[in-house]
Amino acid sequence: MTGLIQLLRYPFIVNALVTGSAVAVAAAASGYFMVCRRATFAGHALPNIGFAGAAGAVLMGIEPVLGLFAITILAAVAMGVLARDLRDRDVTVGVIMTFALGLGFLFLALYSGYAQRVYGILFGSILGISVQASRLTVAAAAASLAALALLYRPLLFSTFDPELAVARGVPVSLLSVLFLVILAVIASLAVQVMGALLLFTLLVGPAATATRIVKSPPAAIALATGLGLLYVWSGTMAAAANGTIPVSFCIASISFLVYLPVRLFVRPASRHREAAGHQRRTA
Amino acid sequence: MSSPALMPGPSPRPVISAERIRVDLGGRTILSEVSFAIEDGELVVILGPNGAGKSTLLKVVLGLIRPVTGRVSVLGTPAGRANARIGYVPQFRAIEAETTLRARDVVRFGLDGNRWGPGWPSRARERRIDAVLEEVDGRELAKAAMGELSGGERQRLLIAQALLSDPRLLLLDEPLASLDLGREQEIITLIRRVCRSRGVAVLFVTHDINPLLSDIDRVLYLANARGAIGRPDQVITRETLSDLYGAPVEVVKTGGRVFVVGART
Repeated sequence: MTGLIQLLRYPFIVNALVTGSAVAVAAAASGYFMVCRRATFAGHALPNIGFAGAAGAVLMGIEPVLGLFAITILAAVAMGVLARDLRDRDVTVGVIMTFALGLGFLFLALYSGYAQRVYGILFGSILGISVQASRLTVAAAAASLAALALLYRPLLFSTFDPELAVARGVPVSLLSVLFLVILAVIASLAVQVMGALLLFTLLVGPAATATRIVKSPPAAIALATGLGLLYVWSGTMAAAANGTIPVSFCIASISFLVYLPVRLFVRPASRHREAAGHQRRTA
Repeated sequence: MSSPALMPGPSPRPVISAERIRVDLGGRTILSEVSFAIEDGELVVILGPNGAGKSTLLKVVLGLIRPVTGRVSVLGTPAGRANARIGYVPQFRAIEAETTLRARDVVRFGLDGNRWGPGWPSRARERRIDAVLEEVDGRELAKAAMGELSGGERQRLLIAQALLSDPRLLLLDEPLASLDLGREQEIITLIRRVCRSRGVAVLFVTHDINPLLSDIDRVLYLANARGAIGRPDQVITRETLSDLYGAPVEVVKTGGRVFVVGART
């Protein structure tokens, strides 16, 4: 225990924990809506798309996070506008994602410099994050959370009950695009902590676990936030104490180890979907 | 428009007034020359064969589908402007199978789901939710998830949700679909009670008028893209329905029940 407290004397550890906490809270809150909207594939795709932006930024010699923001926001708008229909949403998202991954590979092939930076984008490098990048992350996470708070009620309404929300004048399609843009910003931030490939765990893990345990939206968001913070803190401290194993591996493993028993042993409300044909739509 | 039953009745304060509306969807004319007026506190059923445009008509009243010609005014304004005072229960909703929300959270959408901001906890709002849950005998269902409840229980909660906006007009799309007989009667009794005690006009789509014959004021019968409105004994007659379908139709009355036969349904 004292060993762990000793770790807090290192500025880079404190820096990592502050950045990680901001990312954890924003990822858990947006992850709740993502899980409930069944848009988790978009949450997987956005950071992967972000990889292309980050690789492009590295190639041009600018901050990777700027490239991340630019390309993920662009992709989010494209997904929101093109993938209105749930049935072909995954196809649209997948096509956009693989195109971006191809671009990322191209940028990587053209880049002759130090590959460690690109490696960090793929797998995360929270311990190496600069004070400047940390400040930007905290500010952008706070802005994303404020946007989610502003949209909270209509977003929740259109997530769960779009048929009625439309009739009550909620701009359902616009909210869908706005939500993806917020998700893009949060994914871009989180890539620095978890890396594009492992970020899914922080975005989906806490929210998926929380919705299995509690039902009311505020309680689920609060629990997801708590879990996200727990994963980031324990993962960062465990990795720092060990010295060799990477932080993002620890966070991903803890998230998995919490989700697994909850998935296996906590029964959600029984799903007797009746013959009422919930997927059908009438003229 | 030959029968008097086809004309909108004189109404001092119509909640809905539709004049000669025509609605096309996907290149097909769904409704044409349909006129009717609904008055305050009336309980009106929309009947008709599949594809006659019953659900479409509700969406026209909500302003979600615009008529090509004709005029619809709702609560004195063009359709779509007064939706805050309309309680709507659509058919086939994803929310009915939802297991990650409590029923109470679903009902709450009807109160302030369309408002911006997080909506901090308020005792006044919770009291209003309790009151509508009480009104539909749904207090004990509030903590369950929608997906765990029976069709009748869900329907009660969705009506409670629609009541939260203090509507002057309730639009119910097939609230009796897939309910067994006992539950069906329960929902009919509830709708009738809500209509009378609140003085709210109710327009509701159903397939079978028989369980409702004694409870409703008027029926709006849609067929062949046209409509006829009036008391059930005026509209569900051989003459009116044959005229509406444009083909011979028989109306058989037996044991207090009425059946339309020979019609292209």
